[in-house]
This record gives sequence, C-alpha cells and structure tokens, in this order.
Amino acid sequence: MEHERLLMTGNEAVALAAFHAGALFASAYPGTPSTEIIENFSRYEGVYAEWAPNEKVALEAAIGAALGGVRSFAAMKHVGLNVAADPWFTLPYIGVCAGLLVVSADDPGMHSSQNEQDNRYYAKSARVPMLEPSDSQEAYDLARLAFEISERFDTPVLLRLTTRICHSRGVVVPSPPVSPSPADYRKDEQKRVMIPGHARLRHPVVLERLRLLEEYSEEFTFNRLEEGEAQIREAKGSEARQDEGTLFITSGVAYQYVKEVFPSYPVLKLTMTFPLPKNLIRNTCSRYEQVFVVEELEPYLEEEIRALWFPAVGKERVPRTGELNPDIVRRAFPEVYGKEIKQHEIPYDVGALPSRPPILCAGCPHRGIMYALARLKAIISGDIGCYTLSVLPPLSAHDCQVCMGASITMAHGLSKAFDIKSRLKGEQEEPGAVDGEEGEESSLVGAQDVKTGATRPSSSKRPRYPVVAVIGDSTFFHMGVTGLMEVAYNKSNCTVVILDNRTTAMTGYQDHPGTGKTLKGEDTVSVDIETLCGAFGIKHVRVVDPYDLDECMKVLSEEMNRPEPSVVVSRRACALREKRDYQPYCILVEKCNACALCMRLGCPAIVRREENILIVKEQCAGCGLCSAVCRNDAIKAIDL
Amino acid sequence: MGGCLAGSVSKAGDACLERISLNEKEVVSIVLSGVGGQGTVLATNILGQALVNGGFDVKTSEVHGMAQRGGSVMSAVRFGARVKSPLVPAGSASFIIATEMLEGLRAAPYILPEGIFIVSTSRIDPLSVLQGKASYPQDAIETIKRIAPGSIILDADAVAEKAGNRRAANSVLLGVVSNFLPLGEETWFEVMESLMPQGVLEVNKNAFLAGRGFQSGEGA
Repeated sequence: MEHERLLMTGNEAVALAAFHAGALFASAYPGTPSTEIIENFSRYEGVYAEWAPNEKVALEAAIGAALGGVRSFAAMKHVGLNVAADPWFTLPYIGVCAGLLVVSADDPGMHSSQNEQDNRYYAKSARVPMLEPSDSQEAYDLARLAFEISERFDTPVLLRLTTRICHSRGVVVPSPPVSPSPADYRKDEQKRVMIPGHARLRHPVVLERLRLLEEYSEEFTFNRLEEGEAQIREAKGSEARQDEGTLFITSGVAYQYVKEVFPSYPVLKLTMTFPLPKNLIRNTCSRYEQVFVVEELEPYLEEEIRALWFPAVGKERVPRTGELNPDIVRRAFPEVYGKEIKQHEIPYDVGALPSRPPILCAGCPHRGIMYALARLKAIISGDIGCYTLSVLPPLSAHDCQVCMGASITMAHGLSKAFDIKSRLKGEQEEPGAVDGEEGEESSLVGAQDVKTGATRPSSSKRPRYPVVAVIGDSTFFHMGVTGLMEVAYNKSNCTVVILDNRTTAMTGYQDHPGTGKTLKGEDTVSVDIETLCGAFGIKHVRVVDPYDLDECMKVLSEEMNRPEPSVVVSRRACALREKRDYQPYCILVEKCNACALCMRLGCPAIVRREENILIVKEQCAGCGLCSAVCRNDAIKAIDL
Repeated sequence: MGGCLAGSVSKAGDACLERISLNEKEVVSIVLSGVGGQGTVLATNILGQALVNGGFDVKTSEVHGMAQRGGSVMSAVRFGARVKSPLVPAGSASFIIATEMLEGLRAAPYILPEGIFIVSTSRIDPLSVLQGKASYPQDAIETIKRIAPGSIILDADAVAEKAGNRRAANSVLLGVVSNFLPLGEETWFEVMESLMPQGVLEVNKNAFLAGRGFQSGEGA
C-alpha cells in the first residue's frame, strides 16, 4: 500500500479516509456536490452507511452513533447544514464520545444549488473546529486527522469542502489504516442532557475548548507559510524585487490558484480556518508591507485578519460571487508578477453561442404533469429536484421556489393570502379571480390555441383554487411531510402534487424511504404516501399516471376546484431508471401542419429541421405526450 | 513546452505525430467538452488514470449534478511533475477534445496558441435551436480550423460504429489524443479494463485503436 497512488475525487478521498480512520457509521441525505461521499463509503467492507430522510436526521443519527462509541460522520451539501442547524449548535455543548466528523460541501458558483452561502460561518458561530482541504490528498489527510482532533478535544469537527474539491481528482497516497476499538457507553446526563441548568455548565466548557483549539491551530502543520519559488524570483530580475513585500493569504482550492499564477510569492496557507492561528497570522503579516487575501465567497479570512489590525486587501479585488479560477485570481492583482501567459485572441464570440442548459429528459414523467398544470394556469409553488427545470421555457411552469419542502408551505401561505385578500374585498370568489384580477397569463403553452378535446376540461380559466405545490417524492420525505400536516391542520385549500418518480433523480438515483431499498441495496419497508396523507386528514388523495395527459388535466382540474386540501400523486418511475418496452413515436409528414404545439412540451427528441418537425427516434422514450397534444392526429407510435 | 508541442501539431496533418515530452516545470492541460450523457466524465477518468499510471502528477476537474441533464459538460485533465490548479487557465490547453462541435467551439478560449482541437463532427442541437430560437453555428468546424489550423476533425460516431458501437465515440477520441501522449497502448488498455464494464470493453478497445490509427483527412 505504501506506493499506492490513487486518482480520487475529494469525495472519494474523504470516504477512504473515514474508512481508514476506522469510522463505522455514516449517514447523509444526497445533495450535490456531497452525494458520492457516503456512496463510496458504503462500499467498504464492514461499515454501516445509510440514506437518512434529511440532513437533520443524518446528523442526529451520527451524534447518537458517536455517543454510542463508534467513529461516525454525516455528510451534506451546504444548505443541508441549514436543515441540520438545530442539532449543530447544541452538539458542541455535549461533545462526542468517539470521533464525529461533519462534512459540508459548499457550492460556489451554484453548479447545482439555490444559493452560495459560505458555511465557514457555521463553524465560527457554533465554535466547531473547521478544516479546509485544497485538494484530494489533503481531503484524505484532513478527514483522517478530523477524527483524532474530535476525540482529543471532545468536539465535532467540520470538514468544509467546495464543489471544486469534491469533484476534482488528484493523486492520493493513503496512509496505513487504523481500527480504534469502540468506546464503552457511559451514562453522563450532565454532559449530554441539555436542560438549561446543564447547558449553563457546558457553555464555558465550549469556550475553554476553543482556547485549547486556538493553541492547537498555531501548531497545526497544515497552517503554514510557504516561500515563493526562488528560481522564479531570481529570474524575474530587479523589477520584481520591489514587491518582495507582498504576502498572499489563502485557503481551500483558492490556494491552488494562487500557487498556479503567483508561484514566486510567499503564501500563508490556512487549513484549520477555525479557530485561526492568530499568532501565526500576526507574526507573518507583520513581516510584509502588503497582504492580499484570496478566498471564495465571503470575506471570512479577510475580516478575521483585519480584526487583528492588518489592512488586508481581499474582496475589493476578488469577486464575492461565483467560483474563483486561475484567470480571475490573476486579473485581481494585475500589479503582481504572475507566470507569463501568452495572449491568445480567439477570433470568435464564444459568449454568443447558444447555451445548453440542462433540460427535462425525453420521456421524463415530470413533463406531462407540469404541462397540465401550466395549461390549467396553476400558480405553481415548486421545490428542489429535476422538475424545477420546468421553470424554463417552453414549459415556464414555476412561480416560486426556495428550499427543500417549501413548495407545500409556501403554497399554503399563498392560498391563505389570496383568501384574505378576497375577503377584504368582500368579493365572492370567482373562478380565476386571483388577486382580484385575471391572473397573469402563464407564458405557456397552447392554453389559447389548443382546441379542447371532447374529454378534456376547459383550460381557458383558472380553477377556483389555483395554488398548487409540486414536490418530488424524495423531497417530500425530506421536508415536505410536516408542510402537508400544516396544510391539513390549518385547512388550506391548495393542491399538493407529489411527483413520485421512485428515486432521488437529480443527485443520481439514490434510494429513499419510499423505494423499499436501503443504501446498501437491502430490502426494507416503504412509506405508503396515500396512507400517510390520509392519516394527516387529507380526504382527497388521487393517483395519476403523468403519461396520461387527459387524466392529469381532469384530475388536477377537479382537485384544484375543491375548497379543501387535496393531494395528487403523479406516479411513474424516472425514465432514465425504468427499463420498459416502448415504441418510439414519429410524425406523419402528410398530416403535420408544423403548428409546433408538440414543441411546447420542451422535449429534446422533437426537433425542427427547416420547415419540418421531426422526432429523433433514438432520443424518443415513447411517453406519447406529443401524440396527446397533437391536434392533427399526426404523431403515431412506430410499430417495431 | 511550447516548442515541442508546436512541432508535434504542425505535423499532425501528415499523421506523423510526435509525443509530448515535458520538463520538470511544465504542466500540460487537456480540456474535454461535450453534452451531458455523452460520457465525457468517464473519458476524463480514463485519461487521468492512464496519466497517473504513466507516473505523472494529475489533477482533473468535472462537474456533476445538473450537468447530467443534457447540459454542456466541460472537464479537464492536467498533468506534469506537479500540478496545482485543477482548473485550466484560459489559453493554456494543449488539446481540446470535443464529442460535439458546438461544445468544442465553446471551449475555444482555453486553447493554447499552438494547441489543437480533436473534434467529432457530431451535432446535438440545444433546446433553443430545436425550438428555432437560436441557430446552430454552421461554421463551427471552419472556425475551429481557423483558431487552430492543425486540428483533427473526425466523425467519431461513425468511426466508433465501424468499430462496433456508436456510443464508443469517446474512446475513438482518446485513441486520437493518445498519439500525442507519452503512454504505451498497454497503459491505456489496463485503465480501460479497470474503469469500463466488461460488456463494452472490447468494443471500446477497438474504438480506441481506430482512433489511434486515424489518419487526418480520412473520413472527416
């Protein structure tokens, strides 16, 4: 093993490190960019790993397992720590028994997230030590060290990753694994039961621990000053010697960018970024005339350094939004001598190329139900999952979306607000009279120009209670369940559509409490959504097949006209997951008048080539929605 | 590095390819671009692992999640004695390997002045083009050739189909770039064996060899 060189993502490296550190328990809810940590860990021999319904549950389970005496960890994306924030802030009071690691994967640039919050502040505000790796090798080394720090100081440890660490690969040389023997369980209620009287005793312990951790941070060898590369310094000659007084301070992946573009400059690399090694920073900064701070997102380090009375320059140069990269770092410090780059003018405006945003796949079961809702002019309160992609044209089928589970609760608030306003106006509720005026035309979709088929309900008017929440099955289990309780208990009249595609699709098909399978692929119980809704007191729970557009329109219209809460379960497995026999569809040229109604489904299999509209056979997944919307009977399944 | 690489590229047209040789300070960057679902991430892994097995320090970067839903996918492999940034600075990629023309063009700002594109003539229209709201750049290949005259243009799907399966187009492109990289055939095969499912291994090896033997000007 000593010569083993593995090419690993940061996520894979963390999983291997946890395994090599003897961790035996891990819990997580999937979330980009953190998902693969637990997936990889679960494949190691003899460990227990699970998908929890949400991050709060995952963290609490890991706390319990650590108290129970085995090294444990929970992993989540940045916004997941918001969900887990309740245990997060009290956890440092009770401490751990066996080592406990919490991994937060932030997403600067929002590759797959709804915000770009900086979770370093979570470490500071909860007084939890934080380590920030700058590549896969450090992710491995630091995740291993985290368990030792955790046990030595009786504290959880936050390993703060970012997308570029999680999903970049680098060479990892592992060190020999250890298998610490599990700790004995010992009752200690003064330490672990946080009634006020106990917590008052524990808070000073947290602060004393912080003092000890500050001392540790000063000696922590991953916090270090690196001199610039001498050859480059010499080679650049006299002109450059004038800025010998410049120091860069950086952490995480930004460290790599600074080393890439300014190899000749000294760099103070901070790796334990909470608590910071204040003396090291003070002593180092005092030797330089000018201090530049390069960090992604918020001016976290910069403000800490300024609090030590050094006028560090950071966010006035380095963007506070998005990911950094070598070019941005270079441009931020034009006066600093960087590695030479040949200017290369590209004689082409690449920015003007048609963009290629992600889209709902051909055959996606979300398409039919979102199309139906848009045609019904529903006010759609959306959630986190693939279906959010339906906000984009041509479906344009979303009104609002904030975070996991908020579809249902916001729909409840919206429908209450409309009730209140119509009461204030003393008006009778009129069909479609949301807000006292005709609701804005949904930008969709043949609402006017579709001739209503005999079996189809009228789509020209909004149903009486047009507020609809849409939420995926995994998201519903994560944080939608309590929202639905709110809807039932407080007599909402919104409609909740649960998009049950039998998997957590967006993050790569993870199991959840409704699939009947565990992370390890074992059979288990599955939640019966209809029974659950009924138990909350929802009287009207109906199941539709989203491939059956007529049925969707009819059921949704009926439920949205009901002055009480109802649930519609749109049930069909994710098209990328389900192996089924199907016939692809084709457009009969002689019948097609190129009205392009089918193109308003936003299906990637339907294309326009010159005057004609075609279905790309290899792309078609045979859902038949296009055939259902066609007025000219021009789209037929191909007999194979 | 420039000199050696420029030499190799100028001869690319004659299919007389020289391999990159590196000095201690050099880092070579390769950008891979394509459309979600085309297998760009797997190709990145194979390329990265092959270079690790060849004794280099390697970093790669890729993006998961949303990108898999038919969006643009761009990843990178960087190798040398010691690699810092996993991201490629603008204007410093020796190669841009693209499984789709538009995505190849989109990656153009990364190309070194003496770098080359290895581009499949495959065309996948973005939704805005399908909907008739934007147009696909008709001059994509001409533009690429103008930016990097030594670029290698081929219908990788067709080459892969001849080798056994259209879906092995990535292996064809890896085969083409392998001619420039200081790695033996057995290193590539060893990595393909470790990273690819058994069922598709043979066809991908064939596709790789077809790419490795591809003569510029043939079939493009």
